[in-house]
Amino acid sequence: MDKINLEKIANQVRKDIIELIYKAGSGHPGGSLSSVEVLVSLYFGIMGERDKFFLSDGHVCPALYSVMAEKGLIAKEKLSTYTELGSELQGHPERTKLKGIMNTSGPLGLGLAQAAGYAVFAKDAYVYCMTSDGEHDEGNHWEAVNFAAKYKLSNLIQFVDRNRVQIEGTIEEIMPLGNLKEKYEAADWNVIEINGHDFEEIDAAVEKAKSDKSSPTVIIANTTFGKGVSYMENNPDWHAKAPNEEEYKKAMEGLV
Amino acid sequence: MMKSIRDGFGEALVELGEKNPDVVALTADLADSTRVKGFADKFPDRFFQVGVAEQGLVTIAAGMAEAGKIPFASTYAVFSPGRTWEQIKVTAAINNVPVKIVGAHAGFGASMYGATHESLEDIALMRVIPNMVVISPCDYEEAKKATMAAGLNGKPTYLRLSRHDSPVLTKPEDSFEVGKANVLHEDKNPKVTIVGTGPILSEALYAAKELEEGGVGVVVINLHTIKPIDEQTLVRFAKITGAVVTVEEHQVIGGMGSAVAEVLAKNFPVPIEFIGVRDSFGESSKTPDELWKKFGLKKENIIEAAKKVILRKSSQ
Repeated sequence: MDKINLEKIANQVRKDIIELIYKAGSGHPGGSLSSVEVLVSLYFGIMGERDKFFLSDGHVCPALYSVMAEKGLIAKEKLSTYTELGSELQGHPERTKLKGIMNTSGPLGLGLAQAAGYAVFAKDAYVYCMTSDGEHDEGNHWEAVNFAAKYKLSNLIQFVDRNRVQIEGTIEEIMPLGNLKEKYEAADWNVIEINGHDFEEIDAAVEKAKSDKSSPTVIIANTTFGKGVSYMENNPDWHAKAPNEEEYKKAMEGLV
Repeated sequence: MMKSIRDGFGEALVELGEKNPDVVALTADLADSTRVKGFADKFPDRFFQVGVAEQGLVTIAAGMAEAGKIPFASTYAVFSPGRTWEQIKVTAAINNVPVKIVGAHAGFGASMYGATHESLEDIALMRVIPNMVVISPCDYEEAKKATMAAGLNGKPTYLRLSRHDSPVLTKPEDSFEVGKANVLHEDKNPKVTIVGTGPILSEALYAAKELEEGGVGVVVINLHTIKPIDEQTLVRFAKITGAVVTVEEHQVIGGMGSAVAEVLAKNFPVPIEFIGVRDSFGESSKTPDELWKKFGLKKENIIEAAKKVILRKSSQ
């Protein structure tokens, strides 16, 4: 798909995210907005029929649900049922409730391990996983990093949504990650660093990842927390907060 | 005859691997002592050594189950489910995929290593999670059957294994069905039902023998599956005997006895005495038997509890 169309979809997804969180009165806008381009790229171009996607930072599910709705995997009218009793669209995604997703997520640090376990038995496909930089605090995540390198899971491609914010503040304040690129290199991963809002860079990174036949790849996608909503950008207050009516209107105006 | 439960598991896992190519095994640097080494040697491509990384062990196994495999994830019970409870809840149970959590050296199995390595809470941890099946075989033969059954049940399952050689209480031809308790011993005119799980059932059988020598008839139930629990058998013998003693190598709080009490309180309340560890940690000893004595899990304790519960029944 061409860049203009992808940008249109991304803009619509951002509107859906704001709408969904506003109507539900809860949700995680900051990380949802930062992860849009990667998710849109995966669902509208990168992923082939056999390929699989594991979302690790499940709190950004407003973005996942909106992208799946754009793709026709979720009926659009269902988006408004997010967090309602009985909805397929749980506050955090659940494998047994929503058709088409691989894993239950929300508790952090568990997604890469499942993607890696899956990738062992899916050598004829690519297994994609999106993680947040905040969840790199979790030990479980690094256990999976070691495993993927040991078993040379070159079909495993991880995107880190590097938005530099976690719940209570910036990554630098709460728990600095040091040089993430060098950490992964030291763990024998193939590392690519990109602007996570640039569709061409995302595509090129995946192509490069596919050319490495011996190591798993991490694509560190540098993003802006709250991307596209001026007052949310880089402001940790918007990790898990729904906009009020005035804020909602302001956000939507900025997204036309 | 003395044989170890973990050996029964290890041998059955190889057999299961031969029968079903989807069976895979993972361990956290404990292939030998959890007895998955036989499987690893036979099926090197289906064996995964994850290192000392129990959280990874369980969550990687969950990913494999999502890919259609039947992973057996083994380490000591203190580490998994001990350390991995939330990973099991989210990635095995909420996902509802057939990950097999193999908790080795359960109970006082690692007595020489002290309280940190003694798993007296794992039944409580596992039975509280929806979708989980909890199986605690009592001997070598039953461990084999339990392993085969767990491998084929399609559900997230906890397999509780002990380390030491223990008496073989069941026969190869005895039936084994997950969720169906077995009657190990039944007197014609029983006055008390002893419900046990795991190798501590040998003490229950010794107690039954001595009680019957003293004229007190006993039924001994092997509750090898703690979840789903066999309500029918428990209620049936509660009605016949009107008194129950539960016996487990585990904390009384939240354990197998608690599960029995939940069933009987709802369906047919009778006096119950609980043999198990009473809200304390274990400690080092050369053999588990010394700790069974210290924490009151022996034949003598069971006999005393049986007499007490019969008295309680008759004073009602």
